Amino acid sequence: MSALDVKDLSVSHGAITAVKKLSFSIEQGQLAAIIGSNGAGKTTLLRALSGLIPSSHGTATWNGKSLLGEKPEDLVRAGIVHVSEGKSVIPELNVKENLALGGIWRKDKKDVAVATEEVLELFPRLRERLQQSADTLSGGERQMLAIGRALIARPQLLLLDEPSLGLAPLIIEQIFEAINQLRHRLNLTVLLVEQNAMSALKIADVGIIINVGSLVTSGPSKELLADANLRAAYLGY
Amino acid sequence: MIIIDTLLIGLSSGAIYALMALALVLVWRSTRVVNFAQAGQAILSTYLGYEVMNRTHSYWISIPFAIVGGAAIAAFIDAVILRSLAKRSHKGSVSEIAPVIATLGLLGLIRSLTGMIWGNAYVQYISPLSGKGYMIGKHTIPFSPQNLIIVIGALLVMGIFATIFKFTNLGLALRAASFQPEISRLAGIRVDRIRTIGWAFAGAAGAVAGALVTPTTYLSPNSLDLLLVSGFVAAVIGGLDSLIGAVLGGLLLGVGFAFILQYIGASVTFSAAFIILIVVLFVRPRGILGSKVGRRDA
Repeated sequence: MSALDVKDLSVSHGAITAVKKLSFSIEQGQLAAIIGSNGAGKTTLLRALSGLIPSSHGTATWNGKSLLGEKPEDLVRAGIVHVSEGKSVIPELNVKENLALGGIWRKDKKDVAVATEEVLELFPRLRERLQQSADTLSGGERQMLAIGRALIARPQLLLLDEPSLGLAPLIIEQIFEAINQLRHRLNLTVLLVEQNAMSALKIADVGIIINVGSLVTSGPSKELLADANLRAAYLGY
Repeated sequence: MIIIDTLLIGLSSGAIYALMALALVLVWRSTRVVNFAQAGQAILSTYLGYEVMNRTHSYWISIPFAIVGGAAIAAFIDAVILRSLAKRSHKGSVSEIAPVIATLGLLGLIRSLTGMIWGNAYVQYISPLSGKGYMIGKHTIPFSPQNLIIVIGALLVMGIFATIFKFTNLGLALRAASFQPEISRLAGIRVDRIRTIGWAFAGAAGAVAGALVTPTTYLSPNSLDLLLVSGFVAAVIGGLDSLIGAVLGGLLLGVGFAFILQYIGASVTFSAAFIILIVVLFVRPRGILGSKVGRRDA
């Protein structure tokens, strides 16, 4: 049994079926990159998996337990944490408060403190800006803050929606490097949704390519990167 | 001396406006609803206080009952009525306006309910504190022990709220949920529950306003209606989503009214509220402390 198992999943967005009968699975500790262009249904997929929107058909399970129909706030408690698109931070709060949100529901306050310290070591720039409003951060710093907040919840499955969006290439490299380090260190299972196919597949174990809501192909990311036809058609380089 | 006297009058009534504005802002921030029922809720909790006072013969014992009652009424309105309304209304402009209309309906409902239970006649909710102004030398200032307790009570409520919002996890959750409900849910905050707590705080603030101001006047099912208008104008002056703004707006409005009353006349005070409201909306629609997105992302 795979850790994350999605079968025949369909999700509608108003009148449009944004995700159509999508099936894929990920093993424990793997990093899977979901690649697709704008409008491919990637964000809709993550929003359905994290409970923000309902699905219309199919199943999705995490270690055998269904994710569908659960509320996001309950899924967070079950270790499934979604970092939504567009630097998911609260600009009206300062950096420290944004981080505190990550552990606000947790009973083990000692471990929240330990986790917070780990995040500040991983992203030292956040430590320098603890009292600053999140509004004043750069795009890369905001992404660090969003991921940092997610880590303080001690996730098992991390759903990352386009962490590279709007970032400079050098920053993208740093963020992806951090994601890669983290998942090995914490044995995280990661579902990474990206338009930036190259950067994502470089750190991913498996790639899942989708187009207008349907699966195109999936497989080990090295093989996908080597496939010249795929590269031309979907990976865009 | 007249200027100081006028300021003192304004300070006391401004403190009450500030409490009412605080109640409206708390609800606006947590659910983006302009709560017209707030006047009704405050009346109902004040009548609860009045009942307790009739039985215990103590104004001081009645106040905590009014506060808890006010919080419970507000929590009930949000958790039972508005939440099920939200589940039934679809997205779009109707879902935004439906809760506001519902609060208007509730205002009427609560008013007639209190009328049925307690009658429409004016009754006295009496404080043991004197309503007569302090004497300074031979001059009686228009500021009584009851006015003093109004100002102290209002400051106390504001201080408690400020402490909760700034220094506790509950306050952090309240702020986060009001700014970005979706991100808050993804962070694990039970936003529905937090919103209801925001409503309960608002209900408590309104109850304090009702219990403190009523001994200076009288109690009837619509005796706090004008307070709703003043509270709303104060909240708009303050920016509608700023707690400090609500307090400043209330005090400014109270002092402004006092001066209009003193130097222009009683007949224009009420219309002055609307003129101030319109001027603020034209000149500074964000209010004095409102955030840039305060009114847009409704």
